[in-house]
Amino acid sequence: MEAATINRNFKKRVPPKELLLKIGIYLLLIVGLLSTILPLFWMISTSFKSQEAIFEIPPRLIPKHISFENYINLFKQEIDFAKAFQNTLIVTVSYTIGALLVPAMAAYAFSKLRFPGRDLLFMIFLATMMIPSQVTLIPNYLSINFLGWLNTYRALIIPPLANVFNIFFLRQYMLGIPNELCEVARIDGASEGLIFFKIIIPLLKPALATLGILNFTGMWRDFLWPAIIATDSSMYTLQVALYTLFGQNQASTTFGVVMAGAVLVLLPLFLIFLAGQKFIVKGISTTGIKG
Amino acid sequence: MRKKYLTPFLFLSPSLIIIFCFVIFPVFFSLYISLTDFNVRSLVNWGNAKFIGLKNYRYLLQDELFLKCIVNTLYFVVLMVPLVLVLSLTLALLLNLPLIKLRNFFRMGYFMPYISDGIAISTVWYWLVSKDYGILNHILSWFGIKGPGWLTDVRFAMLAIVGLVVWRSLGYYAMLYLAGLQNIPQQMYEAAEIDGANRWQKIRYVTIPLLAPTTLFISITSMIGGFQLFTEPLTLTNGGGPMDATKTIVLFIYENGFRYFKMGYAAASSYILFAFIFIVTLLQIKFGDQQY
Repeated sequence: MEAATINRNFKKRVPPKELLLKIGIYLLLIVGLLSTILPLFWMISTSFKSQEAIFEIPPRLIPKHISFENYINLFKQEIDFAKAFQNTLIVTVSYTIGALLVPAMAAYAFSKLRFPGRDLLFMIFLATMMIPSQVTLIPNYLSINFLGWLNTYRALIIPPLANVFNIFFLRQYMLGIPNELCEVARIDGASEGLIFFKIIIPLLKPALATLGILNFTGMWRDFLWPAIIATDSSMYTLQVALYTLFGQNQASTTFGVVMAGAVLVLLPLFLIFLAGQKFIVKGISTTGIKG
Repeated sequence: MRKKYLTPFLFLSPSLIIIFCFVIFPVFFSLYISLTDFNVRSLVNWGNAKFIGLKNYRYLLQDELFLKCIVNTLYFVVLMVPLVLVLSLTLALLLNLPLIKLRNFFRMGYFMPYISDGIAISTVWYWLVSKDYGILNHILSWFGIKGPGWLTDVRFAMLAIVGLVVWRSLGYYAMLYLAGLQNIPQQMYEAAEIDGANRWQKIRYVTIPLLAPTTLFISITSMIGGFQLFTEPLTLTNGGGPMDATKTIVLFIYENGFRYFKMGYAAASSYILFAFIFIVTLLQIKFGDQQY
């Protein structure tokens, strides 16, 4: 209604008060947006500055000379950033595949199969969502230590797979798939495995895309668990490597190299965001609605 | 008949094993550890940990540093949550105005920081608010304000962290509010208009009450997130400085557990964190039900 009124006014002749309001709102949004983007821009800009240019006063928003020395130095550090990138990629990709498949299987059992105790078990699963990860941090570290898994990929990948939110999300989605679809296949003699892989999984694609992006970016950003599990520098993930680099360079004149590292860490996240915008928006609006 | 149980079990077994081993068992194990003096010696042989009852909890409640961490965490939550609510609602209302073209462009722009969560963005923020070379103090100098050492001054360090967290999460919560705004039926506004409500009254008496479920969700989510504040003070203020002004409960757990290997003490403090988060969750259940 408000929309119609304003548009009509706008088309006829714009009352000065409305125009002023409109300009004011746009100005507010643009100033807000600029200050939102500024830190990210500042990071990129600093990463391309030479050592001397970083400490210039007044600071320059766009470097006078584009310098790649920070990026070159980044790969000459004690910490092997290329290895950290590789570690992160291996861990994140394996985790994401597991974090889709394992919960999808559980969600299938919870939504399409009947067995005694199903609802009780699901309630127990849901209840575990209340437990903050800090509570299980110490015992999980002890278990990993006990198994001799410190500094291994499996220790970085497997414990985070205990992801009840994914089960919940996929179960909700599967409840929307008509049961008749499975029944017909069952009558035709299809096994549950076949139904799951050939019927359910293809129908889940949009949900899996959303969840895949959320889990990939979430794992890429994870810090605390890798920080205590990957203590050997050859097993560092990007986040741990960047934290260590930051610790070594924060007071010195080499802060540009930290910014280059930060760009390297964030770049894949932004690329995924640009590619998967649609799914991210969808994921957020579906998770938000339940509130 | 047996096959009927076998199939669901096969589908569930990976989740069951992982959730049992890494969530359910550790919750109880953690409770047990919190009742022992588990320390670096016990790491080699768990048998070295002695059962000491509630001593860890008693010490914690007398530990000035821990109490300070609780106060700091609460201070952070009390500052951050209302700021997040007011700013994200304002942003969503502005973006939802019919006269805004390029809505998607703005929305995505504001959402950008949310993707860049983590250590990386904390290092950027560290540089941004640096006393002498940071761009924030430079901008303040245009207005004749001499910016403080944001991260080195006891009074300002937590504010800098609040700033970072609000900046990062604003776009995300605004998106939740936008989704909520789409669900408000137009008739509500029309009815209010017939009753002679002006623009502000419509927001006050129609929009805000109808957004209550979203507001509750955002309050709870950001509160729980706030209690778990860790990466930002770890990086920005080197683990909770200056003079422990930004030390949080999770930092306390991390330091005791993984720097001093006082695992029993750390486990007890993690249970106190759990209690705080549990109370917030109960609030959600209580008020969440009232909505429907």
